[in-house]
Amino acid sequence: MNVVVCVKQIPDPADPGALDPTTKTLKRDGKLILDESDSYGVEMALQLVTTAGGGEVTLVSMAPNGEVSGLRTALAMGAAKAILVSDDALAGSDALGTAKVLAKAIERVEGADLVLTATESSDGYTGTVPEQIAGLLDLPSVTFAKSISIEGSIVKIQRQTEAGFDDVECPLPALVSVTAGVVEPRYPSFKGIMAAKSKPVDTLTVADLGLDASQVGWAGAGQQIVSIAEAPAREAGEVFEDDGTAAEKIVAFLDDLKVL
Amino acid sequence: MALSKIWVLAEATDGKVTTTTLELLTKARSLADTVEAIYAGGDADAIAGQLGEFGASKVYTTGDLAGALPGVPVSGAIAALVEGGNAPDAIIAATSYVGRDIAGRLSAKLDRTVITNNTDLEVDGSNLVTTEPVFGGSTDVKTTFTAAGPHLVLVRPKSFVAESAGGGAAAVETIAVPDGGKSAGAKIVNRHVEEREGPSLDEAAIVVSGGRGLGEQDSFALVEELAKLLNGAPGASRAIVDAGWVPYSYQVGQTGKVVKPTVYLAAGISGATQHMVGMKGSKNIIAINKDAEAPIFAVSDLGIVGDVHKVLPQVIEALKAR
Ligand SMILES: Cc1cc2nc3c(=O)[nH]c(=O)nc-3n(C[C@H](O)[C@H](O)[C@H](O)COP(=O)(O)OP(=O)(O)OC[C@H]3O[C@@H](n4cnc5c(N)ncnc54)[C@H](O)[C@@H]3O)c2cc1C
Ligand SMILES: Cc1cc2nc3c(=O)[nH]c(=O)nc-3n(C[C@H](O)[C@H](O)[C@H](O)COP(=O)(O)OP(=O)(O)OC[C@H]3O[C@@H](n4cnc5c(N)ncnc54)[C@H](O)[C@@H]3O)c2cc1C
Repeated sequence: MNVVVCVKQIPDPADPGALDPTTKTLKRDGKLILDESDSYGVEMALQLVTTAGGGEVTLVSMAPNGEVSGLRTALAMGAAKAILVSDDALAGSDALGTAKVLAKAIERVEGADLVLTATESSDGYTGTVPEQIAGLLDLPSVTFAKSISIEGSIVKIQRQTEAGFDDVECPLPALVSVTAGVVEPRYPSFKGIMAAKSKPVDTLTVADLGLDASQVGWAGAGQQIVSIAEAPAREAGEVFEDDGTAAEKIVAFLDDLKVL
Repeated sequence: MALSKIWVLAEATDGKVTTTTLELLTKARSLADTVEAIYAGGDADAIAGQLGEFGASKVYTTGDLAGALPGVPVSGAIAALVEGGNAPDAIIAATSYVGRDIAGRLSAKLDRTVITNNTDLEVDGSNLVTTEPVFGGSTDVKTTFTAAGPHLVLVRPKSFVAESAGGGAAAVETIAVPDGGKSAGAKIVNRHVEEREGPSLDEAAIVVSGGRGLGEQDSFALVEELAKLLNGAPGASRAIVDAGWVPYSYQVGQTGKVVKPTVYLAAGISGATQHMVGMKGSKNIIAINKDAEAPIFAVSDLGIVGDVHKVLPQVIEALKAR
């Protein structure tokens, strides 16, 4: 069982995000970390390989400035190797451009049975990259998996829905996007962290992938931000310290709105 | 100036068109001369009346998908229509399971970008301009398309108010679903529907949501009891959904439901940006949090700095006494 996991490296969500006023895209100049949403895919992949009793987990990431911090975290969890695509020509890529790059990188992994992604990233959260990759690679796909198991050449999935969940079956090779909470991601052990330092990371450019630079980055993005404005703020109302009358205040508030 | 034609991806459950679809049709009407719907399901005839009433002159249907996940077959059918010379200026779908899957697949097939998570649409000349709130809704980003159409757009639920146009039933036209080849094969073999009483989270006039501040799963019973007393729906932050306290269908926020009730009561919820995008549009917000610095107080109309384990039972008691 060979699993490819797409892992995005993103600015620390704990830091307030900012858009660059000239390029109008998210600032990504500081250190990047593993998107927590992708730690579930990494864990799931490791568990599937263990259950299968053989194979390995390969990571694929597209990130600026040769960033590997997030990849090292996922390697420390137990992934075997990584492919990083880093190229100045990728700045400004839209989700489809990103998917084109990731699809080309995934094609380089031999004998991949399954490709995992998160349902959406924490910073851009378009949620379209998984289906775009599957479309480009002509793979069947299942999004929003909350549980995954392999039976022979079939992947069985519990897929979250508006009303509950569906049991879905899909032939391999396939692409599956996983929700948070699908498994509990392990913390890298000290041994894992040390081992990750020497695991192979293959760093590639757009040209290495055989992609035309006009298909990616600003050049390829079929969209353009025209304005960024502060949204009208909602005004904060009154805040009371509970002195035993909180319930009364809430009931009176509801009464005023005539909703009781 | 208006666009000439927009397709809206219609969704329905049990023969009833979703409110989000009606919202999208209503908006599309104001942007284009012709609005048509695309629908994957065996009951297009049953919903043609509703689609027509809200502005669709025609509905293209793939028919029943026999359990196949919609991404591959529906995007294939739409791509075939587009390639057959019948391209609209824009194709609009909801930010939903179905909408995202189909838009993503279609994007790869047609080699067109998708602008996602929008809350408003307008036309500038012959181009669509979309509005997407970012950073928890504190900033609005407007984006437009720079390449040829059809332009693909995903819109968040509750962005518009659905209004009937009083039109007659939409004409139903069946469209072919091309063979999905290697990408076909993902199939639903069983459905599990959670039983829920009372109004749905999307439509309830009052929503009572609980977060990690409840401390333990059992305390969610307080949220449920209060919601029931108010004839509202219980909701949740992602923290307690991920913890397995409540099903995902309770989640409010960026990756959950967008709610705009008359009253939203947040109990033990900090007010992370991803939670706020799902509830900031509520008419009135009440927050109970023991931390006076919690960001939720910045959007609340009535804030209580207090312990949910004290305040919720008191509110429940007071309501029962009425
Ligand atoms: C606020 C904001 C709004 C944006 N809106 C749009 C928009 O409307 N349309 C558009 O086309 N682009 C948009 N973008 C740009 C888009 O985020 C980037 O193109 C990004 O590279 C890919 O999209 P995503 O992160 O949204 O992917 P998602 O589809 O949300 O990602 C799903 C999963 O795919 C995998 N993945 C995604 N990117 C990578 C990566 N670089 N490396 C490895 N795995 C990855 C991860 O597993 C991820 O969890 C927006 C960006 C921002 C910051
Ligand atoms: C990509 C992405 C998507 C996300 N999507 C969503 C989403 O759709 N919806 C969502 O909700 N979150 C979402 N999140 C998660 C979000 O960032 C927060 O982690 C989450 O909302 C926090 O939930 P919480 O407020 O319950 O928990 P916490 O942030 O832990 O807050 C708990 C609060 O309870 C208070 N508290 C503790 N004890 C008490 C007490 N006894 N009485 C009163 N108050 C008490 C604390 O002061 C604190 O403010 C997303 C995150 C990411 C990265």
